Amino acid sequence: MIEQILVIFSYDFMRRAIAAGILISLCAALLGVTLVLKRYSMIGDGLSHVGFGALAVATVLNLAPLAVTIPVVIAAAFLLLRLNESGKMRGDAAIALISTSALSMGVMAISLTEGMNTDVMNYLFGSILAMSREDVYLCVALSIVVLILYGFFYNKIFAVTFDESFARATGTKASLYNMLIAILTAVTIVLGMRMMGTLLISSLIIFPALTSMRLCSRFQTVVISAAVVSVICFLAGIYVSFVYNTPAGATVVLANLFVFLVSVILGHFRHR
Amino acid sequence: MALITCTDLSFSYEGKTVASHINFTVNEGDYLCIVGENGSGKSTLMKGLLGLKQPDGGSIVFGDGLSANELGYLPQQTAIQKDFPASVYEVVLSGCMNQCGLRPRYSRQLKDLARLNIRRMGMDAYTHSCYGSLSGGQQQRVLLARALCATRRILLLDEPVNGLDPLVTAEMYETIRRINSEYHIAVIMVSHDVQSALAYASHILHLNNTPEFFGTAADYKKSQASRLFLGGDARD
Repeated sequence: MIEQILVIFSYDFMRRAIAAGILISLCAALLGVTLVLKRYSMIGDGLSHVGFGALAVATVLNLAPLAVTIPVVIAAAFLLLRLNESGKMRGDAAIALISTSALSMGVMAISLTEGMNTDVMNYLFGSILAMSREDVYLCVALSIVVLILYGFFYNKIFAVTFDESFARATGTKASLYNMLIAILTAVTIVLGMRMMGTLLISSLIIFPALTSMRLCSRFQTVVISAAVVSVICFLAGIYVSFVYNTPAGATVVLANLFVFLVSVILGHFRHR
Repeated sequence: MALITCTDLSFSYEGKTVASHINFTVNEGDYLCIVGENGSGKSTLMKGLLGLKQPDGGSIVFGDGLSANELGYLPQQTAIQKDFPASVYEVVLSGCMNQCGLRPRYSRQLKDLARLNIRRMGMDAYTHSCYGSLSGGQQQRVLLARALCATRRILLLDEPVNGLDPLVTAEMYETIRRINSEYHIAVIMVSHDVQSALAYASHILHLNNTPEFFGTAADYKKSQASRLFLGGDARD
């Protein structure tokens, strides 16, 4: 096993992918706790579909993928929150509407060009090779920004997650922090979806939070445990995918599923 | 000057007026109970005072050095998820947010304030317990401790005894009375439990979309409004 790990680290692209993956897993896990508790889990899923659409259009038009995708997904996050808060449309319906529209636009864009089938597969299910050196640098830089902002606003994020109207009534700008959460989520999703795939990235947000909520009863420990679970599952998934030559994104998701099921069993015994 | 002065206040939802011509004042140390039927505009008025809903007309003026951020607030029980993973300490500490500004961490004084209020509410044995694992009455005490962290002057309570059993309800009213008289914090409570309101409150605001009555609890007992509301036998 140690030999294989050394082999993994001897590849330049693997080292890059692992560095970026660890940081993305951390961001996704931290934000995931808030999103799950705020009943916003589906926003992650919706945003990843918007990301797919934007990525496809950017590729067809020969534009830099991340530079186009990130602003588009942030705009979609703004829009989703607005629709949710204004109450003019039900949140889940709004997400379904926006995500399928974006997906269709992406598919249309791709169908206009020919011979992109492997790329489409990569977008949908992710590829460890999809990240160029520049992508990885951007990814590392942005993930660190997300982590710093999360740490800085941790207490406020807790207050807004636990009881938004109390926070609002005592002068915390709740909609500002909702916006912050949405922007951080949008950035994390765009960064992660190249590797994990648009269809799978939202699992990185939801699984570690659900696993940790089974086992921990304090917000702080839930957040820390989600971060740890997420990174461990990512590393395990990458290892298995390398050794058995399976798709990285799907393997990481299955590692998360396995740990979640273990936590369900443990949680069941603990609460008896 | 009064802590809160409301002048000709009105609220509406989508163009439909739900409460209007509301005039009242709350002074230091008052215990005001807002009573009325369901849909009489009580909760809307509460949201207005908290700044969660914009009034259509009229004004809410905070006086006596009270700022709109220094309100303690106990929301209705249903507003908070029962299974939220948070310790009692984490929940209470979050009440200090309005004194934190942009600083990312709570200062030592604020942490001490949180512990003090947990003790005041008799919850010190549960400081590190999970909020979700507590009983309804205990959860209310935790949320009261959080509200006390946010304010030194005035506490707003939205149906604080809803869903509590009679024994815990009596305890809750006693705790609120203690907060009012011992800690000198003015109380504004929305309730449909008129009997208890009369037993504890110093002032009553009876809403039925427009105010039917505003004055002291003693005067309210003699008034026409209470006779209709209480069914005639409230004069004893």
